[in-house]
Amino acid sequence: MSGLDTFLFIVFPYMCLVSLVVGHIWRYRYDQFGWTSRSSQWYESRLLRWASPMFHFGLLFVLMGHFVGLVIPESWTTMVPESLYHLMSAGVGGIAGIVMVIGLIGLIYRRRTTPAVFRATTKSDKLMYVVLGTVIALGLTTTFYWQIIGGGYDYRQTVAVWFRSIFYFNPQAADMASAPVLFQMHAVCAFALFAIWPYTRLVHVFSAPVGYLWRPYIVYRSRDVGGEPGNRGPRPGWDRQGGMSGNRSENNYR
Amino acid sequence: MRVMAQMGMVMNLDKCIGCSTCSVTCKQAWTNRPGVEYVWFNNVETRPGQGYPRGYEDQEKWKGGWKLDRKGRLRLKAGGRIRKLATIFSNPNLPNVDDYYEPWTYDYDSLLNAPAGDDFPVARPKSLITDKDMKVEWSANWDDDLGGATEHGYKDPIVAKLGDKVKFEFEQAFMFYLPRICEHCINPSCVASCPSGAMYKREEDGIVLVDQDKCRGWRMCVSGCPYKKVYFNHTTGKAEKCTMCYPRLEVGQPTVCSETCVGRLRYLGLVLYDADRVAEAATEPDETKLMAAQKSILLDPRDPEVLAEARRSGIPEDWLEAAQNSPVYDLACRYDVALPLHPEYRTLPMVWYIPPLSPVVDALTETGHDGEDIGNLFGAIDAMRIPIEYLAELFTAGDIDPVNDVLRKLAAMRSHMRTVNLGEAVDPSIAEAVGMTIAEMESMYRLLAIAKYEDRYVIPSAHTEVANALLEELPGCSVDFTSTNGDSSVGEAKPVPVTIESFQLTKQRLEAEHYSDLDHKQ
Repeated sequence: MSGLDTFLFIVFPYMCLVSLVVGHIWRYRYDQFGWTSRSSQWYESRLLRWASPMFHFGLLFVLMGHFVGLVIPESWTTMVPESLYHLMSAGVGGIAGIVMVIGLIGLIYRRRTTPAVFRATTKSDKLMYVVLGTVIALGLTTTFYWQIIGGGYDYRQTVAVWFRSIFYFNPQAADMASAPVLFQMHAVCAFALFAIWPYTRLVHVFSAPVGYLWRPYIVYRSRDVGGEPGNRGPRPGWDRQGGMSGNRSENNYR
Repeated sequence: MRVMAQMGMVMNLDKCIGCSTCSVTCKQAWTNRPGVEYVWFNNVETRPGQGYPRGYEDQEKWKGGWKLDRKGRLRLKAGGRIRKLATIFSNPNLPNVDDYYEPWTYDYDSLLNAPAGDDFPVARPKSLITDKDMKVEWSANWDDDLGGATEHGYKDPIVAKLGDKVKFEFEQAFMFYLPRICEHCINPSCVASCPSGAMYKREEDGIVLVDQDKCRGWRMCVSGCPYKKVYFNHTTGKAEKCTMCYPRLEVGQPTVCSETCVGRLRYLGLVLYDADRVAEAATEPDETKLMAAQKSILLDPRDPEVLAEARRSGIPEDWLEAAQNSPVYDLACRYDVALPLHPEYRTLPMVWYIPPLSPVVDALTETGHDGEDIGNLFGAIDAMRIPIEYLAELFTAGDIDPVNDVLRKLAAMRSHMRTVNLGEAVDPSIAEAVGMTIAEMESMYRLLAIAKYEDRYVIPSAHTEVANALLEELPGCSVDFTSTNGDSSVGEAKPVPVTIESFQLTKQRLEAEHYSDLDHKQ
């Protein structure tokens, strides 16, 4: 195992995870106002109507597949016959992947060709699209090259072991180093995506509103405890020093 | 009985001249920012007309508000929680830029900087959404004063419902203005539609607000509101709506739209309602009885039993006093002349309208008859079905009787006051014909026609024992809090006014080193 392997499969993943966790905590504390899906449906909905659900639902299935393959130990999934597991992983994963990619292509086409949507695209969006697109392209290539064209590679013995070992703080980089290079590239890019995650619109993933299912419809709240009438309460943010002139509420309306 | 207080508004449509001062001052105060160029918390629509956004009243298309399911239970028209989450990636009922309009500015620079030439330079319209040249084709009140009605008038959902009966030929046309703000409903479907729980109704005064920190931009509130009064800020990706100028109300001032209304047609006041009976009122099976059901949950603020319950709910004394003097309760319940807008949406809206008598009076006067004679007026109200059916579709889910009753009261008031003003013998039968006494009629006249400032706006200030340090002395015009020294990182994380403040107070605040240095006695 080379020094590069150590960096790519131990140092880099931990750096990215620190960025993911610390970044989210930081942003949650200091940028509630910026925490949004930044929907562009108001500008254009004809393309979005099919592209966005295809992408998102495809992605949800792909993520479920990753959960089964990476998080659940092989000793559990071997209870399913090997051929069935392979069919599910390559078949369902492949179909979900294709649906997701068609959706993503639709969304990128829409973003590029609709002037209003393109104008609303930020640098952070562009970076996120590049990294996310690379992760997805590598993942789909891996699935097709190894699982569908090739006879099937049992990532449960290498990639999955390494992935879980990261969270036990006992990283098994040698396992990952022995995996095919496509898997390695996909995994490294995915960790890069985790690293930039908190600083992009991807934060909306962590505000998926599942609580809505149990909440009473009408929400009542008492007047904000901000002190004087006509004023709002203190805003979260950097601790201020000195005088009175700075004003967060105004920033919120810019 | 569980008593809650609600701030409400009444608009007297007979007095609205459609000047849009309310819209402009509201926009200057609240939505003069990028991302909300197209947003009008207050807009004035000409009716018949499509309204803003176009055709928003067609709930078969937009699926706003509530409906009853087969078992008579209240359901969101666009579907419940699971359906909301399933369509979260693409909201099928969301109006987009074409349903509002593409906001624009003009390339004024070219007027000054164009090189000398044979032609006059022009300022071309530039889209504020794409920065490109654009063709201006629609805006918030493009069909103002029935403009283009012969072509577009039939796209008004109510006109479509009434069929061929509404005519747009000049001789047969009628029109009136309908100013609209958020209804601050008792049963708000926008709040119910919000997946994040970011929208809420304030317990103290019932104002419906969006928590800008909790909103995640799922945009279900925009489609959930049948009045389309929640807007999507396309720059911040968050929902925004009319706040009923709560920073002003909290210090006892009327909303910007009310304060600046040149016709003085707006009334602000509290109503008390029974929160335990909200569901009962909203599930009334007969749509035409919804208006009455809505009024039935409003409580008489003079009833000792109601007062005792209200005190038990913690409503302070000065609020109860304000509820007793409330013009909104008087107009909606005592005189029974104010009607809710589209009660059939089942949201129990709390902005009320006194329907206009003017289409009837205008038509009557044009025929050469005396427009103030009670016999003529009653006859005209009975004869002029079309404007009244139209009003009924707006205010009573199509039931013309309550609209008739209101118009007859207004007509009777008009005739009665003429006899008073001309010094003629007062005829008590005029008031009796509409079930009122002369004293009631004259006090209604004072509220509607004299409409003193302190009678129109009965606003108790919010309760806090802190001194009102930042209360302005004068209504200023600046809402700009930008630091003049360019240093934005200084300042304690202390409350900062979001209301208007005077020049002196702004200056004092900007120059103060510490919050405690401010003169709190002001």
